[in-house]
Amino acid sequence: MKESKKLKKFGSLLVASSLLAGVLAGCGNGDDSSSGGSSSSGGGSSDGDTIKIGANLELSGNVASYGSSIGLGAELAVKEINDAGGIDGKKIELIKVDNKSENSEATAAAIKLATQDKVVAMLAPATSGNTVATVQIANDNKIPIVTGSGTAPNITVNEDGSVNEYAFRTCFIDPFQGIVAANFASGELDAKNVAIFADNASDYAKGLAKSFKETITKSGGKVVKEEAYVAKDTDFRTQLTNIKAANPDFIFIPGYYEEVGLIVKQAREMGIDVPLMGADGWDSPTLIELAGADALNNTYITNHYSAEDPDQKIQDFVKAFKAANGDKAPDAFNALGYDSIYYIADAIKRAGSTDGEAIKNELAATKDLSLVTGTFSVDENHNPIKTATVLEFKDGKQVFNSKVNP
Amino acid sequence: MEWIQQLVNGISLGSIYALIALGYTMVYGIIKLINFAHGDVFMIGSFIGFYAIAKWELGFFPALLLAMAICAIFGVLIERIAYKRLRNATRIAALITAIGVSLLIEYTTIFFRGAQPAAYPEVFKNKSFDIFGVQISSTSILILSVAIVLMILLQFIVHKTKIGKAMRAVSHDADAARLMGINVDNTISATFAIGSALAGAAGVIFGVYYTKIDPLMGVIPGVKAFIAAVLGGIGIIPGAMVGGMLLGVVESLVSALGFSLWRDAAAFVILILILIFRPSGIFGKNAREKV
Repeated sequence: MKESKKLKKFGSLLVASSLLAGVLAGCGNGDDSSSGGSSSSGGGSSDGDTIKIGANLELSGNVASYGSSIGLGAELAVKEINDAGGIDGKKIELIKVDNKSENSEATAAAIKLATQDKVVAMLAPATSGNTVATVQIANDNKIPIVTGSGTAPNITVNEDGSVNEYAFRTCFIDPFQGIVAANFASGELDAKNVAIFADNASDYAKGLAKSFKETITKSGGKVVKEEAYVAKDTDFRTQLTNIKAANPDFIFIPGYYEEVGLIVKQAREMGIDVPLMGADGWDSPTLIELAGADALNNTYITNHYSAEDPDQKIQDFVKAFKAANGDKAPDAFNALGYDSIYYIADAIKRAGSTDGEAIKNELAATKDLSLVTGTFSVDENHNPIKTATVLEFKDGKQVFNSKVNP
Repeated sequence: MEWIQQLVNGISLGSIYALIALGYTMVYGIIKLINFAHGDVFMIGSFIGFYAIAKWELGFFPALLLAMAICAIFGVLIERIAYKRLRNATRIAALITAIGVSLLIEYTTIFFRGAQPAAYPEVFKNKSFDIFGVQISSTSILILSVAIVLMILLQFIVHKTKIGKAMRAVSHDADAARLMGINVDNTISATFAIGSALAGAAGVIFGVYYTKIDPLMGVIPGVKAFIAAVLGGIGIIPGAMVGGMLLGVVESLVSALGFSLWRDAAAFVILILILIFRPSGIFGKNAREKV
């Protein structure tokens, strides 16, 4: 408690000074690179025998739970790598900065990490919006960033189709989950007539709905009803009545847990007992409170990983994480934070240097890297090609169902 | 059958709007104040019900009564502290104060418990009855009956009791009522108490029916109830009931037709239309300005 308070204070101090540093850097055209007080040689270098990795995270604010979880996973990975001798004998130093869950703060934090702390790579924020706010800084300073859980396609690829050279991620992108869900519905559940009930206020849900629809139509399924809602709604009975009248045998509900919990509850009350499915936006204990354990039976989600997965690598990670964090089972964000550090460390090791451009090239060239959330290779758009996990709710608990390859 | 189902959905939603709208209309009727903090009294009622059921393990009816009682006291306190001294101020000053009180209640609640939502516990096993293919859940029957009982009770209080008579007199002409020996301050407090108790009841019903509650939950239902009150004719009690039910049904039908994203917009379109074509509402008479 005390430490986290100290950390917070420290964090806010850093952010405050970063604003100043940003201004100074702007004035001096960035040639204050030697004022760090250490032997540095331009963008992307490190002090003596440590390798500095920045972590630009949501440690306070409205999505603080995501950022803090990523941070816990990253810290465990750093500790493990350092205990095993570090990278080529150099220890990793993780510099955490709080971006307060705000875009502008995320930008300021990235500037501070790049120009003042002179990190060699950065762990980018947990949410897509905050990550997008740091992409330009990464490109300008030639420092690679890796986001653990920013799933929006436009982090790595611009609207005109060009790839952001210095941006990477460890998670799969939004549309991929829609594809996995559609394949699962038609393959495992034998769904023929499906309905889609999407959150129309979020790009995330709309992206998922789109790719789900395309895939299920291709595999011979029929979308018999599409309905929409907006975040903060509480009454879904009218739309559900429409869906029920169309008589689907499967309903896809991309959205976030606050509304989805109510949708699942109200659907079951109205006698809709077909399988329901969603994505990682469902992943929260609040979902179970809102919907109730009974209503959640026969529902599925796609997610990045499952702590229940019998895979040896995953079980080792779960054990290590529990030992370090008071027996708390790691969630998907913990796992993604952990993987992001290993992904960066692997690239630095292969590059044999801490030069930003060399690291970037190795990040892009990563092949068959085995991590907790799956073994992946990076495609030409800087997105990992990796497996998704399908989980099923049974009596209010997430149970591992299967792994789906892209 | 689908349409009857949608009608049932609409009436359930509408009865919650109606209960909140009653408080708006009563307060407006008596001191010509649009009490924007009313939606937040609804939220407070919902949270009292939540703690009563989840933490103190009371049943539904004791929780309902407790929420109504505490909200009644709360409503009187708001009136005494924030509005009483503005009795003779301009109406815009009172209105701005009401908005301030609303924000104060919302963010004080967030300060104490955070902004995250809470899930209402299940107070009774929800059963669904299948009547000619229409699914009617026991909760929707319950909320409708509670709402109707409360409305009948209110009609009784206003028309058959001494305090009701005083309320009607004050709303008609406060100065004349004072001359006739009616304690105007106490009557206004009683109005706030009754209106707030109804909002508190609506809060508990809302929680049981819709499960999710949070500190800002009062904003949208508050605005909708205000529209319902204007629709029925602000200041007129039966108008608020009819307006609330009507608004609920209209919203459901708009979604049923496939325009679910336009549901909130439909409510505001109704408000605009009613203000243009019949500002005194469905039940209102066109009052001539006194010269």
